[in-house]
Amino acid sequence: MISRRWPYFLFAIWILALGSTPLWAGNYVVRLAITIAMFTGLTLSWNFIGGFTGYPSFSTAAFFGLGSYVGALAQRAGMPMVFAWALATLLVGLFAAALGGILLRLRGHYFAIGSIGVVEVVRLLIASWGSFTGGGDGLNVPFVAGGPDVVARIFLAAMVGIMVAVFATTVGVDRSRLGFGLRCIQQNEDAADMVGINTTIYKIAAYTLSALFCGTIGAAYASWTGYIDPNESFSILMTIKVPVMCLLGGSGTIFGPVIGAAAFTLLEEFFWANFLDYNRAILGAVIVVLIFFLPGGLLRMPYRGLGTRIGRPWVQPKAAA
Amino acid sequence: MSTPILKLDRVSKAFGGIHALRQISFALEEGQIVALIGPNGAGKTTLVNLITGVHRASGGRIAFRGTDVTRQRPFQAARRGLTRTFQIVQPFPRMSVLENVAAGALFGGGHAGMDEAMAAAREQLEFTGLSDLADRPASALTLAARKRLELAKSLAMKPHLLMLDEVNAGLNSSEIDGALALIRSIARRGITILVIEHVMKVIFSLADRVLVLHHGELIADGVPSDIAGQQRVIEAYLGQKFARRIARAETNG
Repeated sequence: MISRRWPYFLFAIWILALGSTPLWAGNYVVRLAITIAMFTGLTLSWNFIGGFTGYPSFSTAAFFGLGSYVGALAQRAGMPMVFAWALATLLVGLFAAALGGILLRLRGHYFAIGSIGVVEVVRLLIASWGSFTGGGDGLNVPFVAGGPDVVARIFLAAMVGIMVAVFATTVGVDRSRLGFGLRCIQQNEDAADMVGINTTIYKIAAYTLSALFCGTIGAAYASWTGYIDPNESFSILMTIKVPVMCLLGGSGTIFGPVIGAAAFTLLEEFFWANFLDYNRAILGAVIVVLIFFLPGGLLRMPYRGLGTRIGRPWVQPKAAA
Repeated sequence: MSTPILKLDRVSKAFGGIHALRQISFALEEGQIVALIGPNGAGKTTLVNLITGVHRASGGRIAFRGTDVTRQRPFQAARRGLTRTFQIVQPFPRMSVLENVAAGALFGGGHAGMDEAMAAAREQLEFTGLSDLADRPASALTLAARKRLELAKSLAMKPHLLMLDEVNAGLNSSEIDGALALIRSIARRGITILVIEHVMKVIFSLADRVLVLHHGELIADGVPSDIAGQQRVIEAYLGQKFARRIARAETNG
């Protein structure tokens, strides 16, 4: 059974490594660790709808941006930071549940296009509702007291904490009836319906799960940076980057999103630091090559057959007597 | 007389201007094996689709065990014990055979937990003779085995009425014999069966009763030997040669 547990140990070490950066590295590395934790949380969230359920959602930035605005507005109204984050989580979850009922009637490419439209619509709404949201000028969020070091530690703890929460939710869903049902939908939605799965409710649950923590992360991000505006909060680049990270690591698995988000963020950082002029082009080429040659993601590479099923412990029914 | 397990009352279905089914009425009694035959395009699969909620009837009423199910959705049909297999098999391709059947047990069969569903699935694999293939991915199976998998999955949903949409199509003669034995043992469990079939060997050796569908209308309903003699059925479906063969078989004993 060691083979089933070692990925969890590696993940625990990874959490410690990220969480302990302030003790052994400078502010640049701490900032990088926060970014990795943030994108890991977003990617694990996307995995619920895109990986488990197989619906290619591009709504991540809508949930993230909405979360950051709800959090920022709540904090400006005097709500304590953590409560503002909780409110953002709740409202974004409700938003996704309501939206899912409409959007999930679409399948495949149509769903993808619809979900990307959501990002634009929400961005335009926020940008044009200037009296309430500050419009294109953006919003200042009350700063957290303490020096840069303290602030970095607080947000590192917050982002790593959220990441662990999403991961725990993923493990829970993967082992539950919900996770099994979502996999059925991913492989054959009509057949899933025929074996008695209420596909509508299951899909809405997956879409809502994919939104909840994006709301939390968005609100935390707003508190961290102290300033948000519509263009940055609802960035199309983010909405595409997150699914790419998931595919890179291995979508539909537990550990794929963790590996993908870390690998992508580090690669991006490496290219940005070393090839200032061409970093986006090189990164784009790397993505194309990776997706082309590793359609199953890094996790599904045939590392002597070991990696294939890491993420799905219950899928290995050892032929019992 | 007890309530019929399934009752159709003047059920119709139109796709745009095409009347796929017109005013179909019949009732199935519990424990029967009934065959539904008819030429291609007669509306057999459409009828099963209406009964399981894949399509919604344009008119008429469908009742299952006394409950009106005309407007149900497929997952509700499955949970009620109204299950079917597909003409074109519908597995979860990247799941193991065992998991495919467990999905039926968990969601359609109402088993509470994963372990319980797995145990129920193993039972059905045993029954359908697929135990050796339990850990294979469903996509790796032969057609005959996939059809058995469909059966095992349906059985795991604890059906009261099982509709088999051409489970024998594309199988060779010995595979058909195997499938026949299986269908008979399912019937012995008290499950009512509606078979859609083109293979006459299946119909005449299996069915208690035959329904004949032609151009969306029910043109005959009776025991197999009677049906084979009816002029309309011969013209629409069986053909003269086959009818003579049946008649000869009857007179010879």
